[in-house]
Amino acid sequence: MEYESVIGLEIHTELLTKSKMFCGCSARTFGAKPNTFTCPVCLGLPGSLPVINEKAIEYTLKIALALNCSIPEFTQFHRKNYFYPDMPKNYQISQYDFPLGVEGFLNIEVDGKTRRIGIIRVHLEEDTGKLIHIGGTGRIAEADYSLVDFNRAGIPLVEIVTKPDIRTPEEAKAFMQELRNILLHLGVSDCNMEEGSLRCDANISIRPKNSNLLGTKTEIKNLNSFRALQRGLAYEIERQISLLQSGAQVTQETRHFDAAKNITTVLRTKEEAHDYRYFPEPDLVPMEISRDWINEIKEKLPELPEQRRKRFIETYSLSEYDARILTSSKAMGDFFEECMKSYSNPKSVANWILGEMSAALNEANLGIDECAVTPKHLVELLKLIDKGIISGKIAKAVFSEMFETGKLPQIIVEEKGMVQISDQDALVKIIEQVIAENPSQVEEYKSGKEKVLGFFVGQVMRLTLGKANPQLVNELLRKKLSS
Amino acid sequence: MAISKKEVEHVALLARLALSEEEKEKFTKQLSQVLDHAEKIKKLDTSNVFPTSHVIPLRNVFREDKAKPSFSEEKALSNAPEKENQAFKVPKIV
Repeated sequence: MEYESVIGLEIHTELLTKSKMFCGCSARTFGAKPNTFTCPVCLGLPGSLPVINEKAIEYTLKIALALNCSIPEFTQFHRKNYFYPDMPKNYQISQYDFPLGVEGFLNIEVDGKTRRIGIIRVHLEEDTGKLIHIGGTGRIAEADYSLVDFNRAGIPLVEIVTKPDIRTPEEAKAFMQELRNILLHLGVSDCNMEEGSLRCDANISIRPKNSNLLGTKTEIKNLNSFRALQRGLAYEIERQISLLQSGAQVTQETRHFDAAKNITTVLRTKEEAHDYRYFPEPDLVPMEISRDWINEIKEKLPELPEQRRKRFIETYSLSEYDARILTSSKAMGDFFEECMKSYSNPKSVANWILGEMSAALNEANLGIDECAVTPKHLVELLKLIDKGIISGKIAKAVFSEMFETGKLPQIIVEEKGMVQISDQDALVKIIEQVIAENPSQVEEYKSGKEKVLGFFVGQVMRLTLGKANPQLVNELLRKKLSS
Repeated sequence: MAISKKEVEHVALLARLALSEEEKEKFTKQLSQVLDHAEKIKKLDTSNVFPTSHVIPLRNVFREDKAKPSFSEEKALSNAPEKENQAFKVPKIV
C-alpha cells in the first residue's frame, strides 16, 4: 500500500523585545549567568502583578498579519496550570480560546509547486525557565535532581500552529525556512535555532494515500534545525509505516529526536490526561484590538519575502528562480540590494552571489552577513572584470582570496600580479610561439577543423598562467592562423 | 452524585493533593453539591451574555517595553530551599 504522511507544526519563537513579557527584566538573557535576570514577577513571588508589554502585542500582531491571519477584536490571556519546575508559578501565562491571530496561511514552494499551508492560530505566551538535569546522561529520566535557571522565564514567546496540511519532510522544511525568513524580515525575532529562539515540534501520522482518515499521531520534540526537522520526520514516517505494515499500531506518544543518532525515541508514553485547567488570567485585564491599531501596524509592515521577490523580478529583471533564492534569506537580499546601489548589472551580481559566493559560504558554513566579503568587495571585483583588468577566470581566484582574507580585490590583483594581459604585442609573441610549437594542429585548423582553436587558446592560457584576455586571444589567434 | 470518587482522585492528582479515603468520600459529596448548584445556575438563559472573566470594565492595560534592573544574584536565590551553581535545585522530576 502507498502511504502519505500528515504533518502539522508547532513553532515557538522568542520576541526581540527589550524587556520580558510581563515585567521589566531584560529579555536579552541568552548566555547570562543563571538567575541574574529575575524579579518578583518572573519568579512568581506572592503579591507581584504582571503587566503586559505592549511591544510584544504589536510584534505578535505583525506576525499574525504577515501570516494572513484575522485578528479577533477580543483577546485575552489564560493560565495554563501544570506541575513542572520550569515555571515558578506552577502555571504559564498563555492564550487559550481567544488568541491574537486565527485562520491564516502561508504559501510555500516545493519542487516548483506552490502549496498553501493553513495556520490555525498565532498566540502569545511567556517562555519557561531552563532546566539542567544532573546525573546519568543528563536526560530527565536519568537525573538525580535538576537545576533551574529562570532567566528565560517570562521572555515573550509566540506560538504558531499550522493545520495538518504538510505532506512531506521537504515541505516541513520549506515551511520553516519561509517562516523564519518572514520573521527576520519583520525584525521581531532573531530566529537563532541554535540558541533556541526559534523552536519546532511536529505532529505526524500516516494514512493510506488519498484517504481522508487521520491515523494515530505522535508528537516529535527537539526538531531544532532544518536538518533535524527533515531527518526527524523522515525517520518517523519510516517507523510508522513499518509498524503499520507489520500489522502493529502506532501508539499516541511524545517522542524526542536524537540529532546524534538521527532517530526518535519515546519521551512520554501515556498521554497523562493533559488537563491544564485553563482559566482567564485574573491578574490581566482582556484586550480589545482596535481596527485602527491593526491598520496602523499594517501600514508599518516591512516588505515581506514574497513582495521582495516580485520587486526583484520587476525592478532588476531577474528570473523567478534567481529572485526566489536571493530573497530566501533577508541577509542575502540585503546584500544584493546593497551591491545594486553602486553597480548596474543585476544579473551579474545575482550570478556571483548564487554561484561562487554561495558555494564558498556553504563550504565555510557561514551566512552571507558573517563572511569577509562585503557588497563593496563584490562590486569592486565586478568592475575589475568589466574594465577588462582581470578575466572571469582570474576573478574566481581573486574571489577565493578575498573570501579568505577580506582584502579588497584591487589590492589582491596588484599584490599577486593578476592583472589580465591585454597587451597585444605581448600576446602576439606568445601566440606565435604556440603556433610554431604545434604545426600539426595548425594543419588541422587550416583544413577546416575550427574546434582546434580551443586547443590554442588553452595553450596561450597555460603560458600566461590564465592571465591573458580571452577575447583578445581568440581574436588574435584567428587572425594569425588564417594568415 | 455529580462527580465520582474516581474523578476526585484525578483532580487530587492534578493538584498534587494526597487525600485519605475519608477525605475522598467527604470531598466527593461536597464537590457534588457545588456542581449541582452550578447545574442549577446553568439553567439560566445566558445566550446573550458574553462570558465575564473580569468584573472591572478595563481593557488594554499595557506597559512600555523598557528594561529595568533585576534582582541581585543573591536576592534572586534568597528564597531557594536548596541551590547549586546559582540555580534553584529541585528534586528529581520524573
